[in-house]
Amino acid sequence: MTTLHATWRSALSLAAACVIAGHAAGAQAPDLPAAPRNAPQDSGALRVQVQGTLTDAQKNDATLESATKSVASQLRCPVCQGLSIQDSPSELSQQMRTVVKEQLASGKSQQQVKDYFISKYGEWILLEPQAHGFNVLVYALPALLVIGGAIFIVVIVKKWTAAAPATSGSAASSDDDAD
Amino acid sequence: MNWKRAWIAAAAAAPVIGLFAWGLTRDPNNIPSPLPGRQAPPFALAVFSPGQAGLARPVGDTVRLADLKGKVVVLNFWASWCLACRDEHASLSQVAATYEGQPVQFLGVLYNDVPDKGLGWISEMGGQSYPSVDDPGARVAIDYGLYGVPETFFLDATGRVAFKNTGPVTPGMVRLKVDSLIAAAQASAPAAAPAAPSGDTAVPATKGGKAQ
Repeated sequence: MTTLHATWRSALSLAAACVIAGHAAGAQAPDLPAAPRNAPQDSGALRVQVQGTLTDAQKNDATLESATKSVASQLRCPVCQGLSIQDSPSELSQQMRTVVKEQLASGKSQQQVKDYFISKYGEWILLEPQAHGFNVLVYALPALLVIGGAIFIVVIVKKWTAAAPATSGSAASSDDDAD
Repeated sequence: MNWKRAWIAAAAAAPVIGLFAWGLTRDPNNIPSPLPGRQAPPFALAVFSPGQAGLARPVGDTVRLADLKGKVVVLNFWASWCLACRDEHASLSQVAATYEGQPVQFLGVLYNDVPDKGLGWISEMGGQSYPSVDDPGARVAIDYGLYGVPETFFLDATGRVAFKNTGPVTPGMVRLKVDSLIAAAQASAPAAAPAAPSGDTAVPATKGGKAQ
């Protein structure tokens, strides 16, 4: 069942890749059997022609551009304060964006490109910490605090509502006593 | 009752205060590099400043890390617009000159700068004993996880990053690192090392086996 599902999914993504790639290939080669030989499954439209340098087609490739944006906005600019390399105008950020784009164009997946930068700069280069080890606290703590706060409020309110009738009852009885 | 509340409040506040206190002990500018201990990223860069005397390499010559196996490599990233680079320049240049004839390669790597400005800076600073290469597009800088300049990488004879220094180096520190790396190289290759400087071809073979 799962294998069938996986097969369907890969077939679908391949079909999507063909459609997008065929679309990208545009007027020059409409009859091209557009199954890209070494395109990765997760970003089908990225076709590999040249390693290292970008062709004119790649420079204008909208899919490549959006994938580059997506990766670049997750990477921290090393010479800025809290800016991604997508948002930073610094020279190093521009150069890093070029590296991102070239690596994506060479067929690497977005995760592989991120892993490259992590291997050079450490996990610090990610604007959002990855959810493993000590970092899990960052994601778990807010949820735990909300749940804990809700439980606290429920308990306190129950205590109050339980206490209130008793005090009003005693007040009433004392009133009765006074009368 | 009030004491109980005070204790609960204190117990809740303690971890937060502890976390902040721990944060104060850390230097936010000191970002640990994952590179030390790993194989240095390869590079092939063209010389734009030849260096002096025995350390010189012709302008336009391509320096490849792969060709430097068997030598300790000191890779100093610098730029003419970098103020801190001025602080370390004279001492680095002098220390490098004292290692002439030894299995050490000092190499300047120009970072986000124009070679002409780099040359102007070198002559203004009174020369540079070792050669400098240009790094167009900061490819090698990014490969080395560079944050800024100056940063200096000390590679051992097997091509592994042994140590990284952020900011200006001091002559004593450079000597200490280079001497220890030369000693380590000679200790690990007792047969091949003292033979000849042209023994480069023999050394990588033994080192390659050791590195795996």
